[in-house]
Amino acid sequence: MKSRIARGVLALTTGLLAGSALAEWDLLNMRKGVTSTSHEVHDLHMMILWVCVVIGIVVFGAMIYAMLKHRKSKGAVAAQFHESTTMEIIWTIIPIVILVSMAIPATKTLLAMEDVSDADMTIKVTGLQWKWKYDYVDGEGAGISFLSSLAPEHNEARLLGAGMDEAKLREKFGQTYLRDVDNPVVVPTGKKIRFLLTAADVIHSWWVPDLGWKKDAIPGFVNESWTRIDKPGVYRGKCAELCGKDHGFMPIVVVAKSPADYAAWVQAQTGAAAAEAASADKIWAADDLLAKGEQVYKTNCAACHQLTGTGVPPAFPALAGNPISNGDDPMGQITTVLNGRPGTAMAAYGPMLSDVELAAAITYVRSSWGNSGSAVQPAEIKAAR
Amino acid sequence: MTTATATHDDHHDHGPAKGLMRWITTTNHKDIGTLYLLFALIMFFIGGAMAMVIRAELFQPGMQIVDPQFFNSMTTVHALLMIFGAVMPAFTGLANWLIPMQIGAPDMALPRMNNFSFWILPFAFTLLLSTFFMSGGGPAGGWTLYPPLSLQMGDGFPFLIFAIHLAGISSIMGSINVIVTILNMRAPGMTLMKMPLFCWTWLITAYLLIATMPVLAGAVTMLLTDKFAGTSFFNAAGGGDPVMFQHIFWFFGHPEVYILILPAFGIISAIVPTFARKPLFGYSSMVYATASIAFLSFIVWAHHMFTVGMPVTGELFFMYATMMIAVPTGVKVFNWVSTMWKGSMTFETPMLFAVGFIMMFTIGGFSGLMLAIAPADFQYHDTYFVVAHFHYVLVTGAIYSIMAATYYWLPKWTGNMYDERLGKIHFWISTISVNLLFFPQHFLGLAGMPRRIPDYSVQFADWNMVSSIGGFIFGASQLLFAYNVYKTVKGGKKATDKVWEGADGLEWTLSSPPPYHSFTEAPVVK
Repeated sequence: MKSRIARGVLALTTGLLAGSALAEWDLLNMRKGVTSTSHEVHDLHMMILWVCVVIGIVVFGAMIYAMLKHRKSKGAVAAQFHESTTMEIIWTIIPIVILVSMAIPATKTLLAMEDVSDADMTIKVTGLQWKWKYDYVDGEGAGISFLSSLAPEHNEARLLGAGMDEAKLREKFGQTYLRDVDNPVVVPTGKKIRFLLTAADVIHSWWVPDLGWKKDAIPGFVNESWTRIDKPGVYRGKCAELCGKDHGFMPIVVVAKSPADYAAWVQAQTGAAAAEAASADKIWAADDLLAKGEQVYKTNCAACHQLTGTGVPPAFPALAGNPISNGDDPMGQITTVLNGRPGTAMAAYGPMLSDVELAAAITYVRSSWGNSGSAVQPAEIKAAR
Repeated sequence: MTTATATHDDHHDHGPAKGLMRWITTTNHKDIGTLYLLFALIMFFIGGAMAMVIRAELFQPGMQIVDPQFFNSMTTVHALLMIFGAVMPAFTGLANWLIPMQIGAPDMALPRMNNFSFWILPFAFTLLLSTFFMSGGGPAGGWTLYPPLSLQMGDGFPFLIFAIHLAGISSIMGSINVIVTILNMRAPGMTLMKMPLFCWTWLITAYLLIATMPVLAGAVTMLLTDKFAGTSFFNAAGGGDPVMFQHIFWFFGHPEVYILILPAFGIISAIVPTFARKPLFGYSSMVYATASIAFLSFIVWAHHMFTVGMPVTGELFFMYATMMIAVPTGVKVFNWVSTMWKGSMTFETPMLFAVGFIMMFTIGGFSGLMLAIAPADFQYHDTYFVVAHFHYVLVTGAIYSIMAATYYWLPKWTGNMYDERLGKIHFWISTISVNLLFFPQHFLGLAGMPRRIPDYSVQFADWNMVSSIGGFIFGASQLLFAYNVYKTVKGGKKATDKVWEGADGLEWTLSSPPPYHSFTEAPVVK
C-alpha cells in the first residue's frame, strides 16, 4: 500500500512538473487514436487547451501580480477608478475573435465527422443491459451476428467479495482488466465502416477513444457514425452512458485486421454459424447441453440472476426453486426467455442467442441449484420461436 | 395613519418566541435564513458522506466496499442532495438574510410564504432519503433521471418524483418572495442600478427558477405517468421519444447551472471590493453580463446532449451559442481582476475564498469552453473530464462562494468575529485537497475513464488514488468549517457594526448582530 501511495505521489509530481516528458503521456492527455477523425479531434483539443493556457497565464498573471504588489501590507494605496469603457470593449472583442477562430476548425471537423456517405460496409450495434450485439448488415461479412460481453474471468474477478485488489488484478490481467470481451468486433482496415447504433432496453453509448468519437445507442432510434481505421490492432472502449447496475462492465473491443485477414475471419465465422445451425437439428445429450448451458448462463444470465440462481429480488427473481424452472412443461420458461418480460429488466433473448445456446441455458437452469425441470432440446426452441 | 404607525412601533421591538416553536412558526427573514443555511449544511454533510463512499470504492480497482447498484445510487443521490439540498437552499438562506438588509427593508415581502417554502424542504428530502429503505433501493439512474433507465427504479420511484416536486415548489415560492421583495421594498433612493450585485444576481436567478422549475416538474410528472399510468411520452415503442426527456430536462438543467452560480457572482462582487478597498470595477457591465448569461442559458441546453444524434445544424447552433457564454463570463472575471488591480488588498478568510473562487471557477470555465467544442466533446462527453469540469465550477465555484459569504457576513449575523486562524487553515487545507481531488480527474477523463462506474482498469489506478486521498482530506476539512461557525455563534471577539474596513452597503450600517426587524425606518440612499 505504501508503495502505491508513493507511486501516486510520484505520478502527481512528475505528472505536473514534467507532464510531456512522461512515457505514460496517454494517461494524462487525450489519445491521438488511429483514424483521421481522431487525429483531427486531438489537434482541436490541443489547440483549445493551449488557447486556454495562454489566456490563463495572462489573467492569472495579472491577478497574482496585483495580489503581490497591490497589498495593504506593502503600503499600497487603493486607486478609486471603477470603469473604463475602452477596456470593457477590448475585452469583449478579443474573446469574440478568439472564439471565432476556434469555431472555424471545429465546424470543419464536425461536418466531416457527420458525413456517413459512401461507406464500404455497415455494422449495426445494439446496446443491451449489459452487453453489445453486433450485426454485420452490409458489405463483406454481411449476415454475421454475435453478442459481445465482458470476458468471464473478468466477470468473476469484479464481483464484490472476490477479494481482488490492484496488485492481484495487475498480476492476473495486466493492463486489460475490465477491457476484454468474449467476442470482439472485427473490422477491416482501410475501409469506411458505417455504424448504426441502437439499444434494446435503456440508453447506452458506444465509445472507443482511439476512433475519436462516441455515440448514444437509444432504444427505438437508430443513430449513425463512421470510422476508417488505418492500422491493424486491438482498440478498446467502454459503454459511456449510465445504463444500470453493470454499466461499468460492458467493454468494447474492436479488432482491426488487414483486408486479407478480415476475409479469413469472415470465412471462419460463416462456417461456424453454419455448423451451429446444423447442430440445432440434432438431439443433444444432456451432459453436452449442461456444459454449454453453464457457459451461456454465466455470460448472459448471471449478472442479474446470480451464479447461484438466487437472483436479487424483487428486481431480479430467483430461478432456484422457482416453479417456472421446475416441472415437465418448459414452455413457460421458453417463452419468457425468448420474448422477455416487458416492463421488467428481463430482455427478449430470442433475437440474441441461437437455438442451441437457448436450449442449453434453459436446460442448465432447470437442472441446477435443486431444480428438477425437464431438459430442453434446440428443436423445441426452434418450434417455439 | 400616524396612530397606526405608533401602534406598530410598540409592536416591533418584541423578540422571537421561545423554544422550538420559534423556529417552526417563524416568519422572520433572519430566522428563516438561518434555517435554510443550517439545512444546507446538514445536506452538505450527508451528500458529502456519499461522496466519501464513492471515493472509497474508487480508491483502487476491483470491487471492495459496495455493490454496483448501491454505488450508482450514491452518485445519483449525492448529486440530488448537493444541488437541490445544499447549494440551492444555501443561496436562498443567504438571500433571506441579506436582501432585506441590503435594500433597506424590514423583512421579506411575503413572510408566511417564506416560512412555508422552507418547511417543505425537510419533508422533500426525508422522502428522497427514505427510498433507500424501500424495495429496490434509492434512485440509481443518475440525477438526470434519463428514461428508460430511471423507470427501472423500484418502489421508491414515486417518492423520488414527489421529493423533486416539493423541492421545486419550495424554490418557486422562494423566488417569488425574492422578486417581490426586491421590486417593492427597496429604500427610497435605492434604484435598481444602485443595488448591490448580490441582489441583482438573485433577482435574475429568481426569474430563471420561476421559468425552469415548472419545466422540471412537467418532465418528472411525465416519467411518473409513463411508469404508472400507461403513457408513452418517453417510450419509443408507444410512439414516444426518450431523447425528448433529455431536451426537456436540460431546458431546465442548463438554466439550473446558472441558478447555482449567479448568486455566487454576486457574493464575489461584494467581497473583492471590500478587501481591495476599491469600488467594484464595471458595475453596470456586471449587471448586463449577468443578464446575458441568463438569456444565453435558455438556448444552449443541447450541449449536454451532443452525442444523442442531433442533426449537424443543431450541433453547430448549440456549439456556437455555448461558446458565446465565454464572453459575458470573461467580462466578469476581467472586472474582478480589475477591481483588485491597484487596490490595497488584505487577505482575510472571505477574500481567500473569493480569490480561490475566481481562479478555480475560471479553470472550470476553461474546461467548459473545451466541452463546448462539439467534435472534441464527442471524446470528453460522459468521462471524468466532465466530472472534473462541473466540480470545479460547483465546488470551488458555488460552494467556495457560499463559504466566502459565510465568513464575510457571519460577524454581522452573530455579532462575533470568527476564528481567523482557523478560517485560514480551513481555506488552505480545502484548496490544496480539492485540487488533489478534482484536477487529476481531468487526466482520467482524457485517458478514457467514463464517469459513473464503480470499478475501472488498472491504468487509471494512480490518479484515482490521488483523487480519493484529496477527497478524504477535503471532506474532513469541512468539519473545521462547521466547528468555526459553531464557535462563532456561541461567542468570540465582538464585531463592530462595519466589521470590515472596506465594507460598503446598507447591511453594514446596522448593528452587529442586526435588530430582529432589520430596517424599521427606511434609510435614505443617496
